[in-house]
Amino acid sequence: MTRPATARWSLFLFVLPALAIYLAFAVLPLAASIVMSFFDTDSPGGRVFVGLANYYYLFTHPVTSARFWNALMNNCEFFLIHLIVEVPIGLLMAGLLTSGLLGRSEGIYRTLLFVPATLSVVIVGFIWRLIINPLWGLVGFPLLGNEMTALPTISLMSVWQYVGIPMLFLYSALLAVPEDIIEAARLDGAGNWRIFWNIKFPLIAPQFGLIVILTYIWTFNGFDLIFALNGSAPGPNYSTDILGTLFYRTFFGSSGQVADLDLGATVATVIFVIILLVTGAYFWLVQRRLQAHQI
Amino acid sequence: MLSSSKVSSTFYGTSRHRMLLDRLIVHGLLIFFVLLALGPICVVILNSFKTTPAIFGGPFDLPTAATFGVDGYIRVFTRGNFLLNYRNSLIVTVSTIVLTVVLSALAAYGLTEYRLKITPVIAALFVVGIMLPIRLGTVPILKIMITWGLVDTLTALILVYTAMSIPIAVTLMMAYFRTVPTEIKEAARMDGAGEFRTFRIVLPVVKPGLAAVATLTMLPVWNDLWFPLILAPGKANQTVTLGVQQFVGQFLSDYPALLAALTLGVVPLVALYVIFSRQFVRGLSQGVGK
Repeated sequence: MTRPATARWSLFLFVLPALAIYLAFAVLPLAASIVMSFFDTDSPGGRVFVGLANYYYLFTHPVTSARFWNALMNNCEFFLIHLIVEVPIGLLMAGLLTSGLLGRSEGIYRTLLFVPATLSVVIVGFIWRLIINPLWGLVGFPLLGNEMTALPTISLMSVWQYVGIPMLFLYSALLAVPEDIIEAARLDGAGNWRIFWNIKFPLIAPQFGLIVILTYIWTFNGFDLIFALNGSAPGPNYSTDILGTLFYRTFFGSSGQVADLDLGATVATVIFVIILLVTGAYFWLVQRRLQAHQI
Repeated sequence: MLSSSKVSSTFYGTSRHRMLLDRLIVHGLLIFFVLLALGPICVVILNSFKTTPAIFGGPFDLPTAATFGVDGYIRVFTRGNFLLNYRNSLIVTVSTIVLTVVLSALAAYGLTEYRLKITPVIAALFVVGIMLPIRLGTVPILKIMITWGLVDTLTALILVYTAMSIPIAVTLMMAYFRTVPTEIKEAARMDGAGEFRTFRIVLPVVKPGLAAVATLTMLPVWNDLWFPLILAPGKANQTVTLGVQQFVGQFLSDYPALLAALTLGVVPLVALYVIFSRQFVRGLSQGVGK
């Protein structure tokens, strides 16, 4: 074993480079963003502490607050569509892949089904925009031009792209289910369907919960697909605006909106709190129980 | 052997039919999903090799001698900056991968090797980072880059992406380093190897982990739109993702060029992924199985 003094010094040297970059460009900016939301950095006298004034503005200014609530509701819809469509289909694919009925083709299916997830969202957006283009006659209805259908359409494009992620995640979890338990159930005469729901699924419940919460985090961080398709003021009439595009528009500005770094930091902090509250509550209330069930 | 298989075949006669039916359903569903996943991509790639009338005349037809055309590609290469964009994306992605692999291997080794009171705290700090929405810190990141004169440089992107990739990389590498037998390290130290030399001796054992980290790091970095848009939007520093986004915005009605640009954006990464998909899946399952 190494001597304690050596150990302390070595740990420091080995960890420092990674820790420094991680802290400097990930942790500290997030913290600084929270701090910034309580200041006015643009005032002529330099930085001024303004308390909750930025938040007050965000939640009470008629246009700004309406945009915020609209983006939040749209983001909830964006997440729910992923939750209802993407996660179950991912689970179905993972279940099919690990059904033990495939043999060597298992790896081929797994690789091919993940291909869309390797594409850039920019490309995914344009591929689908071309395919549902009324000019090509596949869909006569302008799905992206209608306030009711635009957001569900974009959400489903995103589901199409990312369904491979829950699939692969749950697939890995299902592979870890001990073979002897499944064999025992099979000898008892249980069919594949029952084995999946009564044995495999309860065993991967913690991972299933984790992919649900990761989907929540990812969709509340969403931006790329909507920006690529509809720009920074996503229409029609902001019906596809989510928190990520609102955040970008606020601190970077767009046509008809002046960039405001402090308000941007405020929006970022609000998004962070929305993510943190739900994630924290989830780990506190659900994940502990699922894990306790495991053993 | 023979008699037992005979018994089982008569005994399980019905269940064998059942099994065949199950197998058919499973293959059928998976083939359906594969067509759904690859169909749209194939339509785009096929049509990128056709002339404009052919693209609209029969979007789902294969290109024939009469309808074959590469005008789109020619226009993409003459009017777009694709070669430059590729170069930028390659520099950013490769640098990020190298930095992430090296730094996270060092950190993970330190965290599994030297168990002090503070070790689990640092390890937890990295693990939490996997879920940290780093984009929300963009305003201060932009300010840092302005202060340091790094706006519109590839360095800015490399630093941010490395910070973004380190948490999952460290967590994964810790799982791999834990599987290294202590005897190797003890033997190295017996021979008088210092701490860093011991690390170098252990490194080949965790090679699969390094490959997994590299493949996991690649995708989100290559495909990101957010940071190139904000930190390096200038023509000279555009990555492929941003380049395609802007090109497509300008050439909305030039379908052959559009489809060619999309194809050029799709093909390299899909090819790389298919080649490295084993490492990729292994990397993911190491993280998930635990």
